[in-house]
Amino acid sequence: MEDDAPVIYGLEFQARALTPQTAETDAIRFLVGTQSLKYDNQIHIIDFDDENNIISKNVLLHQVGEIWHISASPADRGVLATCYNRTADSKVLTCAAVWRMPAELEPGGHESPEDAASPAHALELLCHLDHAARGSTACVVWEPAGAGGRVISLADNHVLLWDLQESGSRAALASSASLEGKGQLKFTTGRWSPHHNCTQVATANDTAVRGWDTRTMSQIYCIENAHGQLVRDLDFNPNKQYYLASCGDDCRVKFWDTRNVSEPVKMLEEHSHWVWSVRYNHSHDQLVLTGSSDSRVVLSNMVSISSEPFGQLADDDDLSDQEERRPEEKSQEPPQDSVITTYEEHEDSVYAVDWSSADPWLFASLSYDGRLVINRVPRALKYHILL
Amino acid sequence: MAAAAAGPGPGSGPGDSLERPEAEAPERRRKAHGMLKLYYGLSEGEAAGRPVGPDPLDPTDLNGAHFDPEVYLDKLRRECPLAQLMDSETDMVRQIRALDSDMQTLVYENYNKFISATDTIRKMKNDFRKMEDEMDRLATNMAVITEFSARISATLQDRHERITKLAGVHALLRKLQFLFELPSRLTKCVELGAYGQAVRYQGRARAVLQQYQHLPSFRAIQDDCQVITARLAQQLRQRFREGGSGAPEQAECVELLLALGEPAEELCEEFLAHARGRLEEELRSLEAELGPSPPAPDVLEFTDHGGSGFVGGLCQVAAAYQELFAAQGPAGAEKLAAFARELGSRYFALVEWRLAQEQGGGDNSLLVRALDRFHRRLRAPGALLAAAGLAEAATEIVERVARERLGHHLQGLQAAFLGCLTDVRQALAAPRMAGKEGPGLAELLANVASSILSHIKASLASVHLFTAKEVSFSNKPYFRGEFCSQGVREGLIVGFIRSMCQTAQSFCDSPGEKGGATPPALLLLLSRLCLDYETATISYILTLTDEQFLVQDQSPVTPVSTLCAEARETARRLLTHYVKVQGLVISQMLRKSVETRDWLSTLEPRNVRAVMKRVVEDTTAIDVQVGLLYEEGVRKAQSSDSSKRTFSVYSSSRQQGRYAPSYTPSAPMDTNLLSNIQKLFSERIDVFSPVEFNKVSVLTGIIKISLKTLLECVRLRTFGRFGLQQVQVDCHFLQLYLWRFVADEELVHLLLDEVVASAALRCPDPVPMEPSVVEVICERG
Repeated sequence: MEDDAPVIYGLEFQARALTPQTAETDAIRFLVGTQSLKYDNQIHIIDFDDENNIISKNVLLHQVGEIWHISASPADRGVLATCYNRTADSKVLTCAAVWRMPAELEPGGHESPEDAASPAHALELLCHLDHAARGSTACVVWEPAGAGGRVISLADNHVLLWDLQESGSRAALASSASLEGKGQLKFTTGRWSPHHNCTQVATANDTAVRGWDTRTMSQIYCIENAHGQLVRDLDFNPNKQYYLASCGDDCRVKFWDTRNVSEPVKMLEEHSHWVWSVRYNHSHDQLVLTGSSDSRVVLSNMVSISSEPFGQLADDDDLSDQEERRPEEKSQEPPQDSVITTYEEHEDSVYAVDWSSADPWLFASLSYDGRLVINRVPRALKYHILL
Repeated sequence: MAAAAAGPGPGSGPGDSLERPEAEAPERRRKAHGMLKLYYGLSEGEAAGRPVGPDPLDPTDLNGAHFDPEVYLDKLRRECPLAQLMDSETDMVRQIRALDSDMQTLVYENYNKFISATDTIRKMKNDFRKMEDEMDRLATNMAVITEFSARISATLQDRHERITKLAGVHALLRKLQFLFELPSRLTKCVELGAYGQAVRYQGRARAVLQQYQHLPSFRAIQDDCQVITARLAQQLRQRFREGGSGAPEQAECVELLLALGEPAEELCEEFLAHARGRLEEELRSLEAELGPSPPAPDVLEFTDHGGSGFVGGLCQVAAAYQELFAAQGPAGAEKLAAFARELGSRYFALVEWRLAQEQGGGDNSLLVRALDRFHRRLRAPGALLAAAGLAEAATEIVERVARERLGHHLQGLQAAFLGCLTDVRQALAAPRMAGKEGPGLAELLANVASSILSHIKASLASVHLFTAKEVSFSNKPYFRGEFCSQGVREGLIVGFIRSMCQTAQSFCDSPGEKGGATPPALLLLLSRLCLDYETATISYILTLTDEQFLVQDQSPVTPVSTLCAEARETARRLLTHYVKVQGLVISQMLRKSVETRDWLSTLEPRNVRAVMKRVVEDTTAIDVQVGLLYEEGVRKAQSSDSSKRTFSVYSSSRQQGRYAPSYTPSAPMDTNLLSNIQKLFSERIDVFSPVEFNKVSVLTGIIKISLKTLLECVRLRTFGRFGLQQVQVDCHFLQLYLWRFVADEELVHLLLDEVVASAALRCPDPVPMEPSVVEVICERG
């Protein structure tokens, strides 16, 4: 904890998929899925020892294909879902499956990359999330709360809600909806809202963002032309139920109030190329992380639209020996949105960023060349928010 | 005497008494002389000339005051021999004799004078006695005369009194006669219409009649008079009410009525009511001119009518009123002021209504002349009736009209600007005739710029009329200060430039970002326009304004530099937006081409794909378009055959290094390592970075955006062997044609290398095509 220097971990393959192990709340653990057409793909389980600044990893084989998206079950830390490419008969098919990590896997073992190839640590397939008539699956999202029994997969223009039964070994299609329209509509990404009893899902296709009610599988709202170009990622504010962040190829990050979607609440334009990923901090929603193909990761402080707009309210204790009026004046000031830090450790496009599920001040970013960087929120800001 | 003096001894008394005066006489005389001399201021010389005598107290000095004969004699006898004694004795005797003769002469002279004086006095005594007698006689005569006079007076007294009484009676009789004749005179006057005369008679008689009304005869006269006067007043009022005879006659009537003692209050009311009637008539006629339909007479005529009719009438009324009812004091003045204020406000309302109808019109000179007359006309009543505030209200109206006029001009300018833009759009959108180029961008730009400038100048010129010297209101403080600085400079010119920038910027923020909404050429043109404004036009316009409107106001004005900065920022944003829009167009093309193709099952490449040719064509078109408006800009110096040279490097050595390791087991690491090392030495590329104002920078931006899109799209696909080779061919083709457009061709190489490398990574079976074959294909295509 002495220094804020980033910790860098290099993978051997290209990689796009990154997720924190959502169910794990003690250890800082990220899962990274690789993309290789020629070799067996892997899932790296990366543990970060915060005390000693040491990274340890475990490698699981994912032999069915290159991983485009990965998501961890929020309830069972051994369960995860991937979207992967299967190449067969000069056709590329993107499929989705739910997997269980081998139970004997002990995190913390220091293994060399050569050992990772050993088949001892292969994933155990629980079930496929495939439907005969559906096309390529873009992403799989877990129900944020509950027993981890429900997932939604986005396949081409279909939203599919699955019930995982028998401890996940069987997936039954509970309901589905599809998007109709002219042209070839294709979902690019989606997020499941943690609010409203987990009954809302947001999806993105082309430049539009749509909200769905999972009970009726009907569309609730639609933000046409949310971005000038393709929408790349979405995230829900974990503390404000109607707030949604989106990012896309127009280099912008937009914040929406889903009750009034005619205009974004806020807009950020800090990147010089497509923004591929946007994430709210799980506990302090003024901290917003974005990753872009300009190889930069930007941490922004969106105080004005966060659930705790007056971060300085607690200042009174510190300033008690100063004039009494000062802190009041300070808290009267309109909060200033600002970029906190731009991280430039990556050399290639950053396709994924995420916060740790265990430590709210820690996040990882992954660039295409397989470089995973673990960073912390600057200490000064951390104390400013905490105190 | 000398013997006697010398002979007797010291004891002889008579000798002493004689000798002493003899001896002292010359000394005393000298003394007297000395006094005189002293008096005349001559003493010094004489005194100095006088031998300094021995001690004055010396008792032996003959001339001294303390001369003691005994001591002297003793001394002489003791000191002198006999001969000397004899000498001194003779000397002394001689002196004594001389003194005696002197004395005698003096006595004779004075005696004569005394005698004549005595004679004179005696003669005077005689004359006085005679005079006294005559005076006595005069006194008695006077007494007699006085007595006579008193007697005559007493005799005449009686008669004088009688004459005085008679004179008084005569005057009284004449007055009485006047009184008795008064009724008939009055009647006559009334009959003749000489009201003034009648009123004067009545005025003279009134007091007397009032006083003696207890006498029956006077009573009768008074009654008669009152009847006649009542009739007179009746007639006067009649005339007053009939009114048509005009303000001066009315004023006369009122004056006479006042003299007849009619109550001023009531008259004043009536007078004003009457005046109001007439002025309202004027107002009605003005209102009729306004009419429901568009007014027939122009605004100048209207204000003329208003000025001569209403304002003139008001002036007359006010002047007459002040003359007539000056005695009314402040209350009267207040009444008049209220009257003027009320009618004035109605007049102003009419004028404003009329002026408002004029707002839409384009002719400023007519309006200004009309305002000038209006304002000039109102100065007279303004001076007459300071309390009514007419002049101030008029100035206010003029100011308001001027302000509205400025607003109108601003709108006009904005409309003109938008009109220009519409024209440009139409010109851009117009289908090109076959073989005939439409107007070039440069020409369009020049048209727009000159048309806006001429509009601005026209506006300035017409607004300038408000401050012309001969216009009566141009020296009001508003028109000297605020109008020039805040109104014209800030409101009109700066406001217009700002709104122009805003309008231009709004094209950047248009929600329809997907393209289409604004033609890119328009963005480019506007950007150049703003840049031109920044470099020259703004300062020119502002200088022009400042010269035409000598700004005396001290209020802060927007400096040129701020405006320039704004214009520059607008130009920059527009150009950046242009780059983004054009980049997007090409990006979309590339993306579609990558996304829609099945790269796994594609055939061996024979040609460069059509879309790449299209990209090059479009880029060339953009290059031409931008070249019309922007200068070339600097590019890194490179030899003309650089594309060949770099290509060989790229396709042979680097490609070897890149693709060869794919066949060995340790390939992935090495590829990563290589690409990472390569990246270490290349700068990070900001894809959507701000552009500079030159062609090369613009095209570099567009190409960067396009190629980065290509890279990202390629990374999302999986390629078969021939897919990879197709990408190779395409990239080489782009390489051949795109390098010339950018500032640093290394950039194009870098991005294209990256594309090919990514495609190789995304290929399970990466077998690159022979460079020579690639070249052949590209040259053929």
